Amino acid sequence: MIIYGVALLSACLLAGLYVGELLGQLLGVQANVGGVGIAMLLLVLASGSQRFKPLVTGASATGINFWSAMYIPIVVAMAASQNVVAAVDGGMLALLAGVGAVVVSFALVPVLSRFGPQSEPLPPLEESHTKTSGGV
Amino acid sequence: MDTLVTVINANGLITAFAIVGITVWISYVMSARLTAGRIHGSAIAIILGLAASYWAGSVTGGSRGVVDIGLLAGIGLMGGGMMRDFGIVSTAFGVHLSELRKAGVVGVISIFAGVIVSFIVGALIAVAFGYRDAESITAIGAGAVTYIVGPVTGTAIGASSEVIALSVAAGVVKSILVMIGTPLVAKSIGLNNPQSAMVFGGLMGTTSGVAGGLAATDPRLVPYGAMTATFYTGLGCLMGPSILYFIVRALV
Repeated sequence: MIIYGVALLSACLLAGLYVGELLGQLLGVQANVGGVGIAMLLLVLASGSQRFKPLVTGASATGINFWSAMYIPIVVAMAASQNVVAAVDGGMLALLAGVGAVVVSFALVPVLSRFGPQSEPLPPLEESHTKTSGGV
Repeated sequence: MDTLVTVINANGLITAFAIVGITVWISYVMSARLTAGRIHGSAIAIILGLAASYWAGSVTGGSRGVVDIGLLAGIGLMGGGMMRDFGIVSTAFGVHLSELRKAGVVGVISIFAGVIVSFIVGALIAVAFGYRDAESITAIGAGAVTYIVGPVTGTAIGASSEVIALSVAAGVVKSILVMIGTPLVAKSIGLNNPQSAMVFGGLMGTTSGVAGGLAATDPRLVPYGAMTATFYTGLGCLMGPSILYFIVRALV
């Protein structure tokens, strides 16, 4: 059943966000600390375990893969609801602070990536762009 | 016409699906015809989204892009935090735990490095623009971390509302630039594998920026980058009003 996969996904997100909120309260921070990341870990663990197999294979998997394929359209909608005017109107200071932070961070990616075990480059993308990480 | 408006208003989310679908289709046609596939269709779609948001913001004077146009309010639901997080988590389906473990330590380091480096850049630019009080410098530095860390920090340490607005603007610039810039620099910074994607997410940290930038680069990298990025704002909110503020206060 497709809904089983969707329900598992929802349960992972809710559990992750809950733990993230608790972590935030524990640390005295007004933010969710890693809730989405914890949810992702839960989903990865569930999809690897035998117990959850009926929820992550067959039609149930379709329920998760559907949302995974909807991810880019959701990001497009997110882009369309950003406060772009504020970014443009923020003036030189905001522009320079934002650009500076991004440029320096970009430059650090290859520096830090050199540490630790390396992973292989992914094979070139096929034409089916809608296919996301599922089953790679 | 009134009837059509009523139908659209009553079905905001469905309208959003249709409009975003058309936008994505136009973007893929543009990608193939105008750029011979060199610029990814999803990158074009994201830029179209941002452009629409700019246009809508200038027309309505609102802060939520096209969402402030009544008929397009459903875009806000589709592109809001709830659906974004749901979508991000779903991309983790099929990710291997071994890849996550590989970049574990360096991923954590990159989150700290990202917060500190962005903060320093923002703080230096605040100083260059003539700010001399620790509260303003810290708030603007925190804004360069993300547009959430900026106001959280600024409010906590009592920065002026004008400075807090600037810090939000700096964070939004960062987020948008990461969305647009990532596919352009991906090759030169080696962003083509899970490990560098985790480092990238940790360094950039802006969830929206990382989500958009990696989607436009290679959707398969999204879960890895998002995994680290999601801890970044929390760490920023933790460090901004505390250790980073104390350091700035000791220096000025």
